[in-house]
Amino acid sequence: MTAGAKDTMFLRILFIVMITAWIVGAIASIVAGKGVIARGGAALGASVGSAACLLLGITALVTGQSLTFSSARMLPVSGLMLRLDGLGAFFLVIIGLIGLASAIYGYGYGANYEGRYSLRMAGAMLNLLLLALGLQVMADNALTFLIAWEAMSLSAYWLVLTEHDRAETVRAAVWYIAMMHAGFAALMAMFLLMAGGDLTTSFEGMRSNAAALGGGLRNVIFVLALFGFGSKAGIVPLHVWLPMAHPVAPSHVSALMSGVVIKMGIYGLARVTLDLLGGGPVWWGGLVLGLGALSALLGVLYALMEHDLKRLLAYHSVENIGIILIGIGAGLIFHSYDLTSLAALGFIGGLYHTLNHASFKGLLFLGAGSVLHGAHTRNMEEMGGLIKRMPVTALCFLIGAIAISGLPPLNGFASEWLVFQSLLGGFNIPKPEVAVMMPIAVGMLALTSGLAAACFVKAFGITFLAIPRSREAEKASEAPFSMRVGMAILALACVALGLAPFIVVPALGRVLAGLGGLPDTHQAFTLKLSLATPGGASSVSPAMVAIGVLIILGLIPLLLRALRANRGLRVGDSWGCGRIGQTPRMEYTATSFAEPLRRVFAELYRPTKELTIDFHPESKYFVQSIEYKSEIMPWFEKYFYEPCLWLVRRLAMNVRRLQSGSLHLYLVYLAVALVILLLSARW
Amino acid sequence: MIGYLLEIGQALLALLLAPGLVGFIRMVKARLQGRRGAPPWQPYYDLRKLFGKEAVVSRNASWLFRFAPYLIFATTVAVTTLVPLVAAPLPFDAAGDLLTVVYLMLLGTFFLALAGLDPGTAFGGMGASREMTVAAIAEPAVALAIFGLAVGAGSTNLGRIVAQTLSNPGAVINPGHLLGFAALFIVTLAETGRLPVDNPATHLELTMIHEAMTLEYSGRYLALIEWAAGLKLFVFFSLLANLFLPWGVATTLTPGGLAIAVIALIAKLALLGLAVALIETRIAKLRLFRVPELLGVSFVLALLSVTSSFLLR
Repeated sequence: MTAGAKDTMFLRILFIVMITAWIVGAIASIVAGKGVIARGGAALGASVGSAACLLLGITALVTGQSLTFSSARMLPVSGLMLRLDGLGAFFLVIIGLIGLASAIYGYGYGANYEGRYSLRMAGAMLNLLLLALGLQVMADNALTFLIAWEAMSLSAYWLVLTEHDRAETVRAAVWYIAMMHAGFAALMAMFLLMAGGDLTTSFEGMRSNAAALGGGLRNVIFVLALFGFGSKAGIVPLHVWLPMAHPVAPSHVSALMSGVVIKMGIYGLARVTLDLLGGGPVWWGGLVLGLGALSALLGVLYALMEHDLKRLLAYHSVENIGIILIGIGAGLIFHSYDLTSLAALGFIGGLYHTLNHASFKGLLFLGAGSVLHGAHTRNMEEMGGLIKRMPVTALCFLIGAIAISGLPPLNGFASEWLVFQSLLGGFNIPKPEVAVMMPIAVGMLALTSGLAAACFVKAFGITFLAIPRSREAEKASEAPFSMRVGMAILALACVALGLAPFIVVPALGRVLAGLGGLPDTHQAFTLKLSLATPGGASSVSPAMVAIGVLIILGLIPLLLRALRANRGLRVGDSWGCGRIGQTPRMEYTATSFAEPLRRVFAELYRPTKELTIDFHPESKYFVQSIEYKSEIMPWFEKYFYEPCLWLVRRLAMNVRRLQSGSLHLYLVYLAVALVILLLSARW
Repeated sequence: MIGYLLEIGQALLALLLAPGLVGFIRMVKARLQGRRGAPPWQPYYDLRKLFGKEAVVSRNASWLFRFAPYLIFATTVAVTTLVPLVAAPLPFDAAGDLLTVVYLMLLGTFFLALAGLDPGTAFGGMGASREMTVAAIAEPAVALAIFGLAVGAGSTNLGRIVAQTLSNPGAVINPGHLLGFAALFIVTLAETGRLPVDNPATHLELTMIHEAMTLEYSGRYLALIEWAAGLKLFVFFSLLANLFLPWGVATTLTPGGLAIAVIALIAKLALLGLAVALIETRIAKLRLFRVPELLGVSFVLALLSVTSSFLLR
């Protein structure tokens, strides 16, 4: 606990700066309404607040201090409690990092919206969203948690609705808000059960109370938590809103939503299952692991078929949430067998991937935003050649693409390596039927990462390389300075987090110490350049690998000189099988790139094909136009959501009968309700 | 110090021997098919010729096209310092494990596929698309084969796996080990672009994968890519040889031990080369859409290997 007000003075100041900056940013945006002042005010508030948030998180992690606010002086509304601990501090780092980059980026990106959409709303809601997120991870009782949760969902809803004049946007926002409220209801029920009906019970109270709850009740609480947090995180089959809502939001908001907002589901799941409930039976972990593996694989498979750049990225969020959950699920399984250092390894892998996914997915969404800004389309089939017109964006997107594919030496590799190592510990599990889940999860994880690499060759290659496929892409221009800065921050974070797992991992070990009885693994990992699993079983050092590759890269010119290689270079046409003049229509498209995989996984996709050929009336040898349309089977929409919607509609129709329009009947309802209330109060 | 010199020596050895291995397989294949074939040192001549030529680059291509050969070459050479070719454990053993080896090579594949797309020709895209499909589907089998090896040694570090097998020779004939070998062998054929997955000797658009991606390359760029492809074959063969049959690998750094290790390595590689040449003369190339079935077989073998190691532990 806190040693005294003096020691935590710095943290307190940072906290106040953070909250104030976000509130001022929101007010500035509302007052100014439009123009550079509104954009600048919102961006300044959001970025100063986020920087304070980042610093607060890092300071709390480094010093291991915690903060508590419960005095009435600090918080005007009674019943609210805030406390900053290690887990919260770690998520503050995520919020601060992505928030900072998105806020700076948003300044330039918002210029597009000038005069078309409400900058007042966008700026204010961005700051409110950040505020809600910051308070979310510091909430220390159910009431605070739920208020922050709802504020987060609502502000994100308004942000999704920014481009409100498109039918697509409105539909996405409705799906989003409906799913969020289904989740909210589950969370409310969960907290009511856990706190015995009093939402102002502190988390400390719930923690000590958790052991006394019956096994059945704990299971119900877990399932509610998994549903509530899963709907936020976008776990399959609760993911359908995600590929709709993330693409239609402004790109810096997409980055924040994919990078941070969905991670609150992970935060909540870790907080409730591990911290408050203190772990549970094996099937909890098994269920989380299974859903994680399913989300990872289905997420990437659907991403492969997507040719809308932002929707593709949104599906990859489903995939990465799956990878995070594989780590957390493995951790929960090991935890239930009291294999605590392996459990810590699983959780560390999951949480590290949470941070990494936030940085590279934030980066990729910002990159996609720059492409949208420059080439005015989200359709990859109309892009191409952007690497020459937008070199900075291309380089940043390439860094993000390598990172998300889990390739060394960037950050995706480091965390996937840890998840893999934790699964490798599976042979320590005494029950073979549980242990055998681990190699299957390894296979699914490996397939996922291979497919992700394929998908990002497609995403980067079709978007940025070769010849432009449309007039718009030909005329594309580089993003303005503020947007490039936003991307550069996250690109640097991807490199740094990849090279320095030896700093991040011990810090995470300390974060987890004590949660659900986990040991402090902060010392167990060697603090050398290489990162080793506990006991030093396996080790890897992305930094040394990177240095090695760089040295060899530097030696190649020497080798070429030693071999007396001809250094001449001539620029010519691509080889066209004798045909002169190459047009973009000869290039491989995103659809054709993904075609082999579509055929391999045809059982899942069930592709439909519609081909209309318009021949010349004189001869069948001349084709006037060809129309090709292909769709894949939306399994979840068709077999899960459609029946659900049908049921809800039927129920609503039946409920409507109560509403007859007769005033007398309504008076009878009132009287009956009153009597029932009085009777129930009497009991 | 000797260890670091050995690392450099090992990388040079791999660089030197890799084209020879490719030439050797070509020669054996030619003899088995009743042709005389080029001598095994032909690839060295080819490399020298390519290095001496001017490079032609498509006007559609970007810096990535010119950077990719360097990166592919560098990652493959970096991998040779991680794999125990003649001695174990090496000083760099802690810097990268088996997963690092596999993913570093995937990084090279990633860039090669991007470079295939860069000139904007249909062939390049076709090669890139097929290569990434095969690489992605091969990935689970690779990971599980690694898992199977790691369960025995309790580690994914190559030095430890070799040391564990050397100290426990009986493990070599247990079913998990043999199944793992079979799985990794199939994957090796897929990853290095050999028959029945890809035909290294064809430029027929219906079938080519690797060759389609490198079609636009010439001069020193092509030389670097060809050399890296040879190295990749060399690395995969060495992994098969030294992880599953580690005898000969020096555990102490004496001149005699190292000499034996080099001879043992060459003998094992020659044996694997013979096997691959034999397979390539006996079977036809699979249709692209049958390749997942082959890799599925390899995945099942790897899964059986892991399960049996779990049960027999």
